[in-house]
Amino acid sequence: MLGKTANGLYWMSRYLERAENTSRLVETGQRIGLTRLGHDDDEWASVMRSASVLAGYEEHHDEVTKDAAINWMLREKANPASVLSTISEARQNARMVRTALTHEVWEAINGCYMAVKDALARKVSERDLPAVLGLIRQRTALVRGATHGTMLRNEIYDFTRTGTFLERADATARILDVKYYVLLPSAFAVGSSIDNVHWETILRSVSARGGFRMAYGSQVNARDIAQFLILDKRMPRSLNFCATKIHNNLSYLGADYDTPPQSSLMSKALVDRFMNHDIEAVFDYGLHEYIQTVLSMLSKLGQQIEKDYRFYE
Amino acid sequence: MSDKNIFDEMWGNDDVLRDPYSEFQSWFQGEDLKRLRAKQREAEEVFRLAGITFNVYGRAEAEERLIPFDIIPRIIAGREWQKLCKGIEQRVRAINAFLHDIYNRQEIIKAGRVPQEMIAKNEAFLPQMIGMTPPGGVYTHIVGIDLVRTGPDQFYVLEDNARTPSGVSYMLENRETMLQMFPELFSRNRVQPVQNYPTNLRRSLAACAPPACEGTPTVAVLTPGIYNSAYYEHAFLADQMGVELVEGHDLRVVNGRVAMRTTHGYKPIDVLYRRIDDDFLDPLNFNPESALGVPGIMDVYRAGGITIANAPGTGIADDKAIYSYMPDIVEFYTGEKAILENVPTWRCSEPDSLAYVLDNLAELVVKEVHGSGGYGMLIGPTSSKKEIEEFRKKLTARPGNYIAQPTLALSTVPIFTKTGLAPRHVDLRPFVLCSPEGIDITPGGLTRVALEKGSLVVNSSQGGGTKDTWVLED
Repeated sequence: MLGKTANGLYWMSRYLERAENTSRLVETGQRIGLTRLGHDDDEWASVMRSASVLAGYEEHHDEVTKDAAINWMLREKANPASVLSTISEARQNARMVRTALTHEVWEAINGCYMAVKDALARKVSERDLPAVLGLIRQRTALVRGATHGTMLRNEIYDFTRTGTFLERADATARILDVKYYVLLPSAFAVGSSIDNVHWETILRSVSARGGFRMAYGSQVNARDIAQFLILDKRMPRSLNFCATKIHNNLSYLGADYDTPPQSSLMSKALVDRFMNHDIEAVFDYGLHEYIQTVLSMLSKLGQQIEKDYRFYE
Repeated sequence: MSDKNIFDEMWGNDDVLRDPYSEFQSWFQGEDLKRLRAKQREAEEVFRLAGITFNVYGRAEAEERLIPFDIIPRIIAGREWQKLCKGIEQRVRAINAFLHDIYNRQEIIKAGRVPQEMIAKNEAFLPQMIGMTPPGGVYTHIVGIDLVRTGPDQFYVLEDNARTPSGVSYMLENRETMLQMFPELFSRNRVQPVQNYPTNLRRSLAACAPPACEGTPTVAVLTPGIYNSAYYEHAFLADQMGVELVEGHDLRVVNGRVAMRTTHGYKPIDVLYRRIDDDFLDPLNFNPESALGVPGIMDVYRAGGITIANAPGTGIADDKAIYSYMPDIVEFYTGEKAILENVPTWRCSEPDSLAYVLDNLAELVVKEVHGSGGYGMLIGPTSSKKEIEEFRKKLTARPGNYIAQPTLALSTVPIFTKTGLAPRHVDLRPFVLCSPEGIDITPGGLTRVALEKGSLVVNSSQGGGTKDTWVLED
């Protein structure tokens, strides 16, 4: 496979995943805003921080408002991480690797782009927001379904999966990075209504409310949330789940080489050293430090993948 | 029905239904216009979703547009097609022989059939190709011959496309779309298939592998990238052939071969179907500013390390100034009269012709020698006095840059409009593959249609559309 093609597949998947993550954060912000009292706009700053788009926002705006934040995250062209920007990028990458995709996957991505571009052509009013977010969710799910159902399980698939899970691990780690303080042991026992709002925000941000209830029942506490989002093996957005998937896919890719590429060794180290503990060990290490370390390892891993598979040279 | 001087491919000159359209007509009479209108919209949706678009140049934001597709097939009888094929094959053989001669012994110049300065002063002539014979002796692996029709048996060659002819993806996608939308029409007519084109293309390219090739030839398609107007077609062909689609920055010269950067290192390419112009092919040998090509590819080519399809320098054969010599060229190399006629052409570089052209501008079509896409041309009969006078100035300033032809009464075929069928002017570009194994002409081609009533401009960049083109089994 061409290095450029590997590059395109990997980034196509990262951008699609990013679009989904951003729209999920918008949904969370909107939902929290509707159900709590006051401090609405602080919450949007925190939402944008979780999506790593706050710095860019502040360059273009003097204050944080709900409408401006939603607009920035969904459709602003100046924001490279807006849903519209990332879906356009995903489609450009898909065009570049058109020959590596099945007809179904290409049409799903192109259809996703056309529908989302249309829905985001104008500012989205509060009334239309749920429908627009639903559309984004459905359209990206369709791409994932087509990928799952029609692509050969070969290196093409491995690169798309690697991109997807690297982006997802990064997104979950960033959400935890912004909200880690509400998961600290000092906050454990309380369970006040403020805590509940924070916890619900975190779970919603990673579409995990239902999953959490299924695994732990309706009793929410910070320790279980941390365990669920960091180490759970069943939860498809947990750091452990994503890191394991990244490592598996890099292993399939590396199997063709006489000596395993550096990135395979790095992903193995990530799983071995950071995912095989219980949550107490993570708290002992320091939750914030732990998350920062994982984020930095993910970033280095991304750079190494680009080198190992000759994305650029 | 309409102007009796214009040949309609469905109704002839006298409103008598022509044979190839008889099944179509009986089907159409049973159809409901409302259903067909829905089908027309459906076709557009199919094209849009599949991303069958072309990019429009000269706009701030790269814009992707659909080429309008008309759902009424253009139908050609098998026997008509066979006659055309003979002419096309003869012409393509002559073009290849001409190219070999021009870059080697130049017998045709010595014989005085083509003037020396037509070649020497021609920008399309590549000195780098002198003395070189490409693998398999093939210069033009892929050719598109643009034909127009003026009567039941009268076809003219409008131009030869011997560089990187485009449009073949439309031939294939148009057929695919029609098969999906009107299966019943295909049951009633025996339409010759076009779907083998990608397989034939790959085989044809592989048959021209260079001396350095070991084992099964590795073929790749070279594109300028996703912003090129024909990118869709490049990706489509690579996909259909099952070969890599590469850009210049994926390639470099490694150990005397042109190689592509894969996830496992550099891998040599044997045959490169390039869809970039000569000038951009090799910054070391041609335009040094080019970022699209591969530095040093010409040296590898000359040393037998790669086959470039089409060969560099083939433009000398499809240049509009050379065009007027084509009847001589065909006769010189085949020893036969040209089966397909040229449109009578005045070379404005010749004083007598220029005088005639200037006197008759309002009746003539004047084209730039190196132009394409319908830009920079004058269609006398449909132009205003002011436009003609402005063009006269350009023509007088650089007469050698222009040729002129009479305005032909191009044939019409029906298109689907809101109120039913209506005749519109068309041309036809059949696609021809050349290899040492022979010449292969796909039964069909790209029919371009001027969607505006009375218009003669079929170019997609100027509001033209396309149609599926059927060649029937007799």
